[in-house]
Amino acid sequence: MENSIEHLRNIARSIRIWVIKSLAEAGSGHLGGSLGLADVFTMLYFNVLKHDSQNPAWPGRDRFILSIGHVAPVFYSTLAHAGYFPLEELLTLRKLGSRLQGHPGKEHGLPGIELSAGSLGQGLSVSVGLSLGFRLDGLDNKVYCLLGDGELQEGSVWEAAMAAGHYHLNHLIAIVDRNGLQIDGSTEKVMRLEPLRQKWEAFGWEVTECDGNNMEELSFIFGKLAQGSSKPQVVIAKTVMGKGVSTIEGDYRWHGKAPTRAEAERFIEEILNI
Amino acid sequence: MNHFQLKGLKATRTGFGEGVLEGGRKNNNVVVIGADITASVGLDGFAKAFPERFFSMGIAEQNAMGVAAGFALEGKIPVFATYAVFSALRAADQLRISVCYNNLHVVIGGAHAGISVGPDGATHQALEDLAYVRALPNITVFSPCDATQACKATLSALFEIKGPVYIRFGREAVPDFTPSTLEFIPGKTQVFNEGTDLSIIATGHLVWPAIEASKILSSQGISARVINLHTIKPIDEETIIRAAKETGCILTAEEHQLHGGMGSAVAEVVVKNYPVPMEMIGIDDSFGESGQPDELMKKFGLTAENIALNAAHLLKRKNN
Ligand SMILES: [Mg+2]
Repeated sequence: MENSIEHLRNIARSIRIWVIKSLAEAGSGHLGGSLGLADVFTMLYFNVLKHDSQNPAWPGRDRFILSIGHVAPVFYSTLAHAGYFPLEELLTLRKLGSRLQGHPGKEHGLPGIELSAGSLGQGLSVSVGLSLGFRLDGLDNKVYCLLGDGELQEGSVWEAAMAAGHYHLNHLIAIVDRNGLQIDGSTEKVMRLEPLRQKWEAFGWEVTECDGNNMEELSFIFGKLAQGSSKPQVVIAKTVMGKGVSTIEGDYRWHGKAPTRAEAERFIEEILNI
Repeated sequence: MNHFQLKGLKATRTGFGEGVLEGGRKNNNVVVIGADITASVGLDGFAKAFPERFFSMGIAEQNAMGVAAGFALEGKIPVFATYAVFSALRAADQLRISVCYNNLHVVIGGAHAGISVGPDGATHQALEDLAYVRALPNITVFSPCDATQACKATLSALFEIKGPVYIRFGREAVPDFTPSTLEFIPGKTQVFNEGTDLSIIATGHLVWPAIEASKILSSQGISARVINLHTIKPIDEETIIRAAKETGCILTAEEHQLHGGMGSAVAEVVVKNYPVPMEMIGIDDSFGESGQPDELMKKFGLTAENIALNAAHLLKRKNN
């Protein structure tokens, strides 16, 4: 399912708009990271992952494990755009009785969720288990795991990274949302992560760095990843928190905030005019 | 009274390992995740028999728990066992979210539970694991009374239960007495000795001393019912309520903190349904320490003699 770059950009734009709409409606949630990741999500669900929204349990699908559950708004918006459920349902985000929980919760029945997660530092371990399970069955399904950069401060991530390297899990692809920010501010101030590339390399991973908001570059990088490797692969995707809304771009205070209705209108206006 | 034939001394961890090995022979979806202390938790047999289904994760329990969840997502039947202080407590959040919130069929072994771990001392004696795991939604919690039952409970966990299962077992060789014909039904306690004056509800290593205590009490003219609470969750309310109604008082005995343990679980049932006087034997808000297992059991009051003593005291409360 090759999609043109222009088409992908349009999808990403719509995904962002619905992220803003759903968060304004919810009155709480994480806007910054969700906007920053819209391009990565678009690339994954419209150009990379083998999946079928009409048959979410298709055994041949690749697995997408969202370790940073707090970017649920962009995950949900992407799933809706990919046809897993109607766009209107995005407006139930975080409400009582909704299938769209604050952090993904499978038991509430939303199609397309592989794992209930959101307590940081757990998704990569589950991805390691999945990859080992596929290997044991002689299957070549790929496992994609999305992590935040602040999340890398959790020691359990490095336990999982060590295991993936040890078992040469070459069908495992981790993506790090390297926006350089976390709730308290810059990742490098809160707890230094650099040199990040060398850390992953030392744990036995093949590392690619890229601009996570550049659709052409993402397309090129994921195309290259598909050629395979003998090692697990990690993409350090440099993104801008709040991407698409100039007044909030790079502002860590928007990590865990939702826009008011008035702000939402202005933000959407700007995205439409890009 | 049931007359159990003492078959010898055998650690419940050995029974667990035999169950996993048998499970591995029966079904090749069974995989084992190890965290360095493979032989110590009884899993070396499986690791030798099925090396391609044994996955060493090193001393990294949080990751191992998540890996187990991943295997379960892929339709495998993962077993992850290490000392209970690490499986239930170090990896507590992974157990809560990756395993229990996702309601995945992962069999978690909590080895070296209780004070009878002995010389290793407090750091390795799990005395709080039940309080935590039994509070988790979706999980089933087994605490078998001997090696024979540990093996059966393990097979039940592998093939009968659907969601997460925690099995608690110990280090020390203890009396192996349940007959191989005794069925293990999850959630259905076993009354090992019918009695009318009081009920002793015990779990794990304390079941044998409870049976011994009933003999001491019998010689004093006291008729004690002995109940083996091998499933802590879901708890067998029916048998507990019946014990409260028919014997009028309940004594619990366990190798765990009194706070939040099996006795607490029994009390929750009793106070809600049929309040009667209760006494609880267990660890009273302290850490363990080094010593020989039998010395420690004595020091912390986890003996047949102390159970009998408490029973007599409880009976006085009941009759006043
Ligand atoms: Mg970040």
